[in-house]
Amino acid sequence: MEFKTILFYIFSVVTVLAALRVITARNPVHAALFLVLAFFNVAGLWMLLQAEFLSLVLIMVYVGAVMVLFLFVVMMLDINIEQVRQGFWKNLPLGALVGGFMVAEMAMVLSGRYFGLANLPPQNLPANASNTKDLARVLYTDYAYPFEIASVILLVAIIAAVMLTLRRRKDNKAMHPADQIAVKSKDRMRLVKMAPEVELPAPAAKGEQA
Amino acid sequence: MEATVLNLLASILGPLWAPLWAVIKPVWPLLWTLARIVLIMAPLLLCVAYLTFWERKVIGWMQVRIGPNRVGPWGLLQPIADGLKLFFKEVLFPPAADKKLFVLGPIMAIAPALALWAVIPFSPGWVLANIDAGVLYLLAIGSIGVYGIIIAGWASNSKYPFFGAMRASAQMISYEVSMGLALITVLMVSSSLNLTEIVSSQGKGQFAGMGAGFLSWNWLPLLPMFAVYLISGVAETNRAPFDVVEGESEIVAGHMVEYSGMAFAMFFLAEYANMILISAMTSIFFLGGWLSPVGFIPDGFHWLAAKMAAILFFFLWIRATFPRYRYDQLMRLGWKVFVPLTLVWILVVGVWMMSPLTIWK
Repeated sequence: MEFKTILFYIFSVVTVLAALRVITARNPVHAALFLVLAFFNVAGLWMLLQAEFLSLVLIMVYVGAVMVLFLFVVMMLDINIEQVRQGFWKNLPLGALVGGFMVAEMAMVLSGRYFGLANLPPQNLPANASNTKDLARVLYTDYAYPFEIASVILLVAIIAAVMLTLRRRKDNKAMHPADQIAVKSKDRMRLVKMAPEVELPAPAAKGEQA
Repeated sequence: MEATVLNLLASILGPLWAPLWAVIKPVWPLLWTLARIVLIMAPLLLCVAYLTFWERKVIGWMQVRIGPNRVGPWGLLQPIADGLKLFFKEVLFPPAADKKLFVLGPIMAIAPALALWAVIPFSPGWVLANIDAGVLYLLAIGSIGVYGIIIAGWASNSKYPFFGAMRASAQMISYEVSMGLALITVLMVSSSLNLTEIVSSQGKGQFAGMGAGFLSWNWLPLLPMFAVYLISGVAETNRAPFDVVEGESEIVAGHMVEYSGMAFAMFFLAEYANMILISAMTSIFFLGGWLSPVGFIPDGFHWLAAKMAAILFFFLWIRATFPRYRYDQLMRLGWKVFVPLTLVWILVVGVWMMSPLTIWK
């Protein structure tokens, strides 16, 4: 057995087991961490498929950013496990429908050759082939406009999310660092010249004061 | 290098070599890789130990103290004594902790810090894995370092560690954004994701031709990005003045409160290994890696080591100099100063490269 085949079996077994634990783990934090493990092993599988760019981006985006924020939220929530498990039979039909669709779609993708999908990538790339360069060339030439439109849509989503949560509280006492740095002594303290309220005692003392 | 080692082994063992080779030939790639990993890890861990010693000495001198000077000559055995002490201490488990994750936390902290060294080139050809997507690998594996802190903070089942974990996840994601964006300009000017090629591309240019190579390194044309990368690097390793994750005056020691003995030592090792790694990455991306600053002195690993030492000294220097940032101002610096600055500079570099004034051909 080739070394790559052994790696493939390790990655796929761990992926499947971790994915199973995601839906069976009782603790939501454990479930989220098993999802991280599943992502990591899928990235390994993609690496075996010589798609190193997608594989590393999967780790960077999903493991490094999305799941960290997800864990952040899950850790903060006080989830009652018993309550969550109550609606299992009620939600099963809908869940089974969604799952069925996903299985069917995946079967169609995996049996692409059977359905006459001609443009499948070559199986054996040369050792110095750069998946990153190939992807970039296609993205910025043939698919430049769809790529730009997709990024604009994402930008709109970011701005919308910021706007939805951005509200100015009236009792907010936060200070602006720029104002703090720009402050002058004149803004904080006023020097007032006042006429003396009592007469100076004697002319002799005047010389000492000056 | 591989052939040299094989020839050396054959000449030492003489007639014994042929039967031995027949046995180990199938697993030779594995053995060879393991040998090189040990060759990187052993000096690295030694550097970590003596970086802690150097830090205590430097901060001592800056604060007009002597620093550790009792164990061994000039206190040189201090890190060994510290290591032994931590090694023989008991690892305590809080009764309310999640035991499995409590053990996993320190492992997840140190594993990425060590795994990242796989793609760091020390001099031409001296790299464990010379992969084309090296920068992506650094960004990807670097981004999972935060899990160690989050898992440790949550598994401790205690309030201060949890605060530390929350702070860490917000801070490290924020500064990863500006670090990644700063690296994009480096990728643009060297048009490669391979770290060896990024270094060699810095040795070209007008100044390098005139013998003043240090003026053609990336730090000068990308000066704002160099500053952003270095400061984000300090924040990414949770070092002072951005060490709000530990913040001993606010949350005692953050995620490390409940850890003792070797488990604590692993967080410690991870932090210092990350510091050395950030200094290596900054040297490679912006300071020309192993390239010599002037034309008449040859290139070599010693230049990379010297640059890393200078950046590490900078880390210690700012720790002794600046007070800790307030948490909200730390987030402001990341999102409202660094991210817009890097985005604008990417545009500037893009226009510069396409204009007739370009210095990257």
